[in-house]
Formats: sequence, structure tokens, C-alpha cells
Amino acid sequence: MAAHRREVPEFSVSCPGSSEWYLSSRWGQGLKLSVFAGNGKRRYLDGHADTPVVLADHPAIHDIRWQTDMHHAATRKLAAQSHEIFTSLQKHTSDSTEGTRKPQLVKFSRRYRVAMMECIEDLRKAASDSLVDEATQEECDSMCQLFQQLELIWNLCEILFIETLPGGVVLQHLLDWVKLHFTEADSLAAKVIEASDDEIQVNEEYWSAVYIYVLQGRLPEARHLLSLHPDKQKDVHGAYGKIDELMRRMPVFGAFSRQTLAEFDLKWRNWQELCQQLLKEGVFVSYQRLENICRILAGQQDVLEQFQHLVGDWYQLMVTKLLYTNPMVKTMDLQYHAKSCMDVFRGSSRLLALDQILFAALEFDITQIIKISSATLSNWWFVAHMADLLHHAGQLESQQLDYGATMREFLLLEYASTLMAEESMWQIVIEYLDHCPVFGRHHLELFVEKIPLKSERKAYKLLKVCEERNMDDQAQSLCKVMGMKALQEERLGTALTWCLKSQDASFASFLAEKFLTEYSLKGNFSNLDLIDNLGSSMLVSDRLTFLAKYRDFHRLYEQGEFSEAASLLLSLLEANLAPKQFLLILLTDALPLLELDTIVFSSKQTSQLLMCKEALLKWYKSEEYTREILPKKSKGHIELEKEKLELLQLGLSRNLSRALLEESVRN
Amino acid sequence: MYVARSISADHKDLIHDVAFDFYGRRMATCSSDHSVQVWDINDKGEWHCTASWKTHSGSVWRVTWAHPEFGQVLASCSYDRMAAIWEEVVSYMVPNNHLMIILQTKRATLVDSRTSVTDVKFSPRFLGLKLATCSADGNVRIYEAPDLTDLTTWEIQDQIMTKMSCSCLSWNPSRLNPATIAVGSDDANPSAGGKVQIYEHKVNERKWVRSNMLMSITEAVHDIAYAPNLGRSYDVLAIATKDVVIMRFDKKDPSMIGSATSTRNTPVQLDHQGAQVWQISWNITGTILAASSDDGVVRLWKANYLDKWKCIQVLKGDGSSVSTMLVQPKDPPATNKGSSLPETSVDAGFMSSSPKFSSFFSSTSAWLGSSPLSRQGRHNSVPVTPATSHVTSGFHIPLK
Repeated sequence: MAAHRREVPEFSVSCPGSSEWYLSSRWGQGLKLSVFAGNGKRRYLDGHADTPVVLADHPAIHDIRWQTDMHHAATRKLAAQSHEIFTSLQKHTSDSTEGTRKPQLVKFSRRYRVAMMECIEDLRKAASDSLVDEATQEECDSMCQLFQQLELIWNLCEILFIETLPGGVVLQHLLDWVKLHFTEADSLAAKVIEASDDEIQVNEEYWSAVYIYVLQGRLPEARHLLSLHPDKQKDVHGAYGKIDELMRRMPVFGAFSRQTLAEFDLKWRNWQELCQQLLKEGVFVSYQRLENICRILAGQQDVLEQFQHLVGDWYQLMVTKLLYTNPMVKTMDLQYHAKSCMDVFRGSSRLLALDQILFAALEFDITQIIKISSATLSNWWFVAHMADLLHHAGQLESQQLDYGATMREFLLLEYASTLMAEESMWQIVIEYLDHCPVFGRHHLELFVEKIPLKSERKAYKLLKVCEERNMDDQAQSLCKVMGMKALQEERLGTALTWCLKSQDASFASFLAEKFLTEYSLKGNFSNLDLIDNLGSSMLVSDRLTFLAKYRDFHRLYEQGEFSEAASLLLSLLEANLAPKQFLLILLTDALPLLELDTIVFSSKQTSQLLMCKEALLKWYKSEEYTREILPKKSKGHIELEKEKLELLQLGLSRNLSRALLEESVRN
Repeated sequence: MYVARSISADHKDLIHDVAFDFYGRRMATCSSDHSVQVWDINDKGEWHCTASWKTHSGSVWRVTWAHPEFGQVLASCSYDRMAAIWEEVVSYMVPNNHLMIILQTKRATLVDSRTSVTDVKFSPRFLGLKLATCSADGNVRIYEAPDLTDLTTWEIQDQIMTKMSCSCLSWNPSRLNPATIAVGSDDANPSAGGKVQIYEHKVNERKWVRSNMLMSITEAVHDIAYAPNLGRSYDVLAIATKDVVIMRFDKKDPSMIGSATSTRNTPVQLDHQGAQVWQISWNITGTILAASSDDGVVRLWKANYLDKWKCIQVLKGDGSSVSTMLVQPKDPPATNKGSSLPETSVDAGFMSSSPKFSSFFSSTSAWLGSSPLSRQGRHNSVPVTPATSHVTSGFHIPLK
């Protein structure tokens, strides 16, 4: 539609050098761009690839953001509250019947509006907060106005699309709508009453308040104000009494009252005839003000034009007009009335976005409402939640759009992406993405991976999120990242914990080796509780199995269960799980067992140990060892190893003889 | 839209590339001053430079981060014909004070290219730690770190001769395809064939094979980027040439560009009024594309729910210029475009007012015989001429 073709917004970045070297940009997380001047490719093609450029100033990188409406303290609260409403709305409508659905939806809609009003209040406070700088104050003020408009639109949509009254008689709700949002009369009245001591000051403000009350159909308030008029007491011609009586008797159609439309119509005609008659009789001739009121009540058009400045805007004019000329108007006819009132106020001048949206609502064109709102309001919060609510009310589909659901999802995704730049809102983003059936999952997968893992606690929370949604790949990646991070910070235990979660065999081997190296350097293990409780997870890698078993051996030895320790040690040696460089340590561990008073290694076991020792000696002579490992060892180290081997040889032969002797005695 | 903050980088020359890490909380910048800087963001949202070091002996074109699964790893590529891999080493000086010193340690230098290395990109994480580079002489090389705990060793998995001057490359992020790379060429001759080629890794043959050449792209291509995968049934590739071209490829048959039955699959042209587009970048969910072009403007493009592309925002420089000047070398520079390399002396202080340029025809033999450890000789040489291109490559990295 031509009316909504808009120019592409432009934004100017103050970036020195941008004229010569152009701008380049890179995306950050969420709606964030880094913009800088510079273009290497072009320089290269110009043949100046390495010709230095002398800059007068350091080159700058500009961090540019947009759609940050929801990042302010007050709006963050709205984001959190509306998120709660949103999630309970998704749950609720899935398990409610047709009959209970509508009142529930109205309730949800009101909850959204309450949250909005709270936000408006917070923004208003922030805008007048003297502690913040002027720019922030202005920002809060403009956001406050934006949300006021949004609330106005929301309320109208609620009346037209969610509450959908039986019979389509809508006026009473429209009156409430006007009353709620345009409270100028109240403040005028309050001012007048406050300024007066005993007797009310009858001035322009007083009459403005009375007129606005009448125009808005708030007759009890108008009557109250009139009753305070000093002339009322000495009402010689009875004019005040008559107008009061007229106002009191005005019939009101309640949607849930028992009277039928026909009955109401009759009453209404009678009442308005009475108004006309009084005017004709000239009861108010000497009371110009009261006559004006009576003319409004009688539904005379020209008087409305006279009070145009008090009416407000075209939509208020529309409601006033309908009230006094066509109180039984059906929702379907609203657009006709809206058009004529709009012509009065706007004429040929350009329509504002708000006008267009309200008019689209009165035309029952939901697609148009959403289109214009998303194009002009720069606020996805409104359209996303509105579209979702309308979707639940079955209104999006009734527009016979094959992409009704797609549109809802599109808007929810847009809203979620405006929140992505704000790190603290990641949980909210996830929940919104959860409720996007087509693309939500894929967005979620991309997003979840990109959430910064600042602490272990956050990582565990995210892991749970992944597990609940069966995002195994993301969960595994997360564990790997955490494992790598812990390793870099040299927290081996934590690294191993994460590694086990990710079931990464090669990383587990690498870590196990680290533990073993640590042991061979220091002679003890760190993170004992973790290694002792590996359980079946030790099977992730051979090296890790070895580490766990080797630790078992230590425990058995400490507990004095020497023969079990001995056979475990032997099986470790034979299973070939240990790194070659660790073999000597294992063999040396056998030494104290050989020196015990009781014999723990049988003759057979001793010869197996001897064979292991021989295998080790053979390896020492291998090319691999002499080339790669030997040069790294110090001379003292080699001496020490030699000494150990000799001691081992001695211990083994002594044990063999003792074992043989004992075995023969036993036999 | 507003500027949240401006960061004054400590570079002494123009910035060529800015790369965010996987989480958008770290930023690496590279510049013509031969250096790379790493920036970290604090909780107040302020960026601080935490490392700055000299990486190359020529303009650094691109810098890129590996997936954090592999640690804090950066790769850079430069006009000095090398690509380098850096790993962050954090040492805690005083544990109680949390005084932290971050060092970037060079893990490997990839010296196989004989011309300027124009782009460098790590593979998507599910392919392991792989790195692709492309150079002006038309070679695309794919490297792999076989041992993730030791990044000093990188093996060449394959070397592709594209027969066109390469300017940019992009890995396909989709898991469903075999590993795929798109390569763009900045060859200015429109009659020299399609400027984008797509290569696929054939696991059985253990090599990369060309699966497609986009004949419709005849103008020079300066940047290329696959969109993040959103579970679509097709891959989306953005190409920066004259205007931006968005192409779609059927996942099942990547050589198919669209199909006759669906108009959705025809290439989309994003109008930059015919200006040359230099650089493009997708947001993390692949819904918005930022493209910067010759007319000094960055345009943001977005597809709506009916899949129509619209320019949603234009970013302009304010047109202010700084007193930049090209330092003219005393000796006339080499006549061949982009072929002269600075001498080693430039390493020491690149800002020295009169960098000397070696003559184009200086000896190439100086570095051919040199050992891998003494590479100084390379700086004097200009091995770009066709005559030297037969020389077998690479002594650092064992070919598999």
C-alpha cells in the first residue's frame, strides 16, 4: 500500500576517514554493529597495500545499537512481567474450552495493560528524576509517550477483537476507553475545586471541565460539578434543575442489562425529543452555557464544531458523536464514522502513525495494524504480544491469511532478537523462542550456543536448558567449552568434570595424562574425591580407566590390603593401559610390596613382573625412546632410574626365591 | 539507532577487520600497522584493550576467532604471504590480586602461500579445528590441527588451485552437507568466467572437489558469506560484488541454484545502486545482512515473513575526512600492483617515515634455500611472478 511506503531511515556516524576509506561493519551479539572506517581490500587493489597511512587520530570503532527500548530499567521490568503473562497465556489456552476462553483472554489482555501502565508510571518517574542526565530524561519521556500510545491502541484492540460484545453494541466500552485515557477534565475539575474556598470559582476552567465531562458522556461527574455552581442555589428560572434532570434521565444501554435494543431505542428517542423540546421552549435562553450542554445532549452537530478544541482528537469526537446521535452503533459501522471524524480533524494533512493504526483497528484490518505498527513504532514488544494474543483469540486466522501463524512467529522472533543484545535477558529469550513452532528451535540452537558462560552456575543452568530440550549437540559443545576454559585456568578437576559430561574421549585422555604427570612430579594426586568417584564414567577413555584403577591401587595399599593391591598392580601392568613413561613408576610401586614380611606376589606373579621389567628395558633401547624421550631427561634423572631398576631387580629375585620356597613348603 | 560508544583503537593505521569472538564479548582488530589487538568488554559494557602485538610484517587483512571449544585461538592473514595462529596464554602473576597477564603466543605460521593471503576462516566446530586460507595467486588451502591439545602442528589437508585470484572464502555452516567452502575472486575481467566457486570435501576421495561455479557472477567479488543455518531446506549465500547477490542452494543437491518450480529460489539482487560492495556480515541468526559499499554507506538488509528483502536502515559516514596521507616512498614503488613487500627493517618500526621498497626483480633464490627457521630472506623477495610459481611450497607444515 502506497501509504506505508516509507523511506529507508538513515543514520549518520561521525567517523573520521569515512569519506576516503568508507565504512565497514561487523555484527555483534543481537542488534549491535561495530562500524569503522577502513577497507583493506580496496587499498590492496589500488596497489597501496602496504603503504602506510598517517592518521591524525587513532582510528575509531563505533558500537552502534538500536531497538534497545526494552533495555531500560523500567522497560526491563515490563519485559519480565510480560514474559510471565506470555508464558501463562501459552499454557492456559491450550487447556481451556471454548466457553471459558474469552473471559480468560480478556483477563490476559488486561494483565498486559496493567504491566504497561506500571511501566508508563516508572518511565514518568524516571523522566522527572533529577539524578539522571538530561538525555536519559528525554529518552524516558519519549518512551513514556510511546507506551501511552501503545496502551491506547491495545485497549481499543481489546474492545474490538478480544471482548467482542454480543450484538456488537460497543459504545459503552468506547466511552470507558476515552474516559480512561483522556483525563484532562478530571485534572481541571480538581484544580477548580482546590482553588476555591467556600464558593466555587466559576471561570473558563470550570466550564471546560463541565463540557469535557459532557462530551465524554460522564454525566454524573458533570452534574456534580454543576451542583457546585453558586447560581444553582438561587436557581430562579429552574434552568439548573432542568438540565440536571435531563442529564440524570439519559438512558444508558448496558450490554448485559435486560432491556432489548428496541426498548432502549424508544427510551432514547423520547429522551432526546425532550431535549429538543426544552431547547425550543427557550428554557436556557439566558443561560448560554447550559444551552450549549443541552444542544450537545440533543445531538446537534454544529455545537460540536464549536467545542472542537475541547473534544481532543478525531477518535474522541467520534465517540462523542456516536453517543449523542447513534448510541446503538454496531462495531461494523465504526469505520464509516471514523472516516468522517478524521476528515474534520486531519483534512488533507498527513495522517500520523497512531491515526492509521487506530483507523485500521476500526476497520478490523488486523494485518494492517501490525504492518503499520511494526513499520513505524520501532517497538516489537507491542506487535509481538498483540499478535500472539490475537492468535489465541483466533483473530489472526479469521483474517484468512495462510501465513497468520507465520506472522505471529515472525514477530515473536523479532521481539526475541531485540532482547538478545541484553545479556541478562537470556532466559526470557529462550522461553519466547520455545513458543515459535517453526523456526524457534533453530534460532534457539544458534542462540543458546552464543550465551556467554561467565560462571559455572550459569553454565549448569544452560546445560539444564539444553537437556530439557534435547539439544545434545549444544550441551556437548557447552561442556567442551567449559572443560577447555577450566584447563586454561589450570583447574584440572573442574576440567575433568566437564569433560565427563561431554564424553569427549580424547580430551579425557589428555586430562588423565595431565593428572599422571602431576603425580609423577609431586607424588600425590589433586582432586582425589573426583577421581575416587569416577565410577563407570572412567570408561570414557583407556587413560582415564588407568588413572582410576591406579588410584584404587593406592587406596588398597593405604588400607593395608596388600595382596589385592598387588594383583591390581600386576593387572595394570599387563593390561597395557599405562603410558610407557609411567611403567617405571608402577614397577617402583611394587617395591614396598616386595619388601613386606609376608609374601604378596606369588612366584608366578613375580615372574610376570620380571617380564614387565624386561619389556621396559627393551623400550629403553628402542629408537622411539632414544630419539624422543632420552634427550629430555637430565643426567641425574637417568641415574635415579637406573638405581631404581637395580633395586627392583634385587627385590624381584629375592621375592622369587622366598615365594618358591614357601610354595614348595606348602605343597 | 544510536552510537552506544566509540572506542579509540590504538592502531597507527587503518583498521581492516574487526572480529567478535563467539560470544560477542571479545573483539579482535587488525590493521595496516601489522598488529592485532584484542579487546574485552567489562560488566559496565566498556571495551578495554587487553593485548596488542605485532603479528605480521605487512598489512593484516583479516582476523578470526576459533570456536571456544578449542580455547582462545585467533588466526590472522596478511599481505606478507603468511597466515598465523595465535593462542591466548593467561598467567596469573599474583594469585591473590587476580592480577592477570594475557599473552598471545604464536602457535604456528602457515607459510605455504607465495602471495598475499587474502582471507582466513576457521571451519564450523563440528568439523573439528580446521582452517581455510585463500591467496591472491588462486590457492585455497585447508589446514587441520590433528592434536587439539597441541596447536603447533597444522597439517595441510588439501590445496585447491582455483585458477582465479581469490579474495574471500566462507564455510557452509550447515551440518547436513559435506564440508563446503565458497570462494570468491576479485579478478576484474568480466569475461574470465564465474567469480564464485564452491568446493566440497569428498570424504572417500579425501580431497576437495569443485561442485559449482556461479556463472552469473561475472564482476569482481570482494566478500562472501553463508548465512547461519536456521534449519532451512536450502543454504543462503550472500555475495558482495556490484550490489549484493543472495543465492540459495538446495541442500539435497547443492549444485542446484533454485528450481524452475519456485520463484523463491531465484537469486536476489540487493540494490546498492550498482556500487561495488566490499564487505558483508550476517547477524547471528542470519536474518539481517550488513553490507558496505563504494558509496560510503552501510546498508542493512532484512527479509520479512514473506521472504521479501528490504533495506531497513542506511548508515552513513558524516563525510568528515581526517588528515590522512599516503607516505610516498622515496624510490618509486614497484609497477606491479600489490606486489612489493617491505623490507625487514620495516618490522622494527613501521611508522618510519621512509620505508624502503625492494625492487621487483630482486632475487627469489634468497629464501628458496633458507632453512625454515631463518625466514628473514623472504622479506626481500617477491615471488609473485609466474616464473617462480612452480616452486614447491611449504617447509613448515608436513604435507600429509
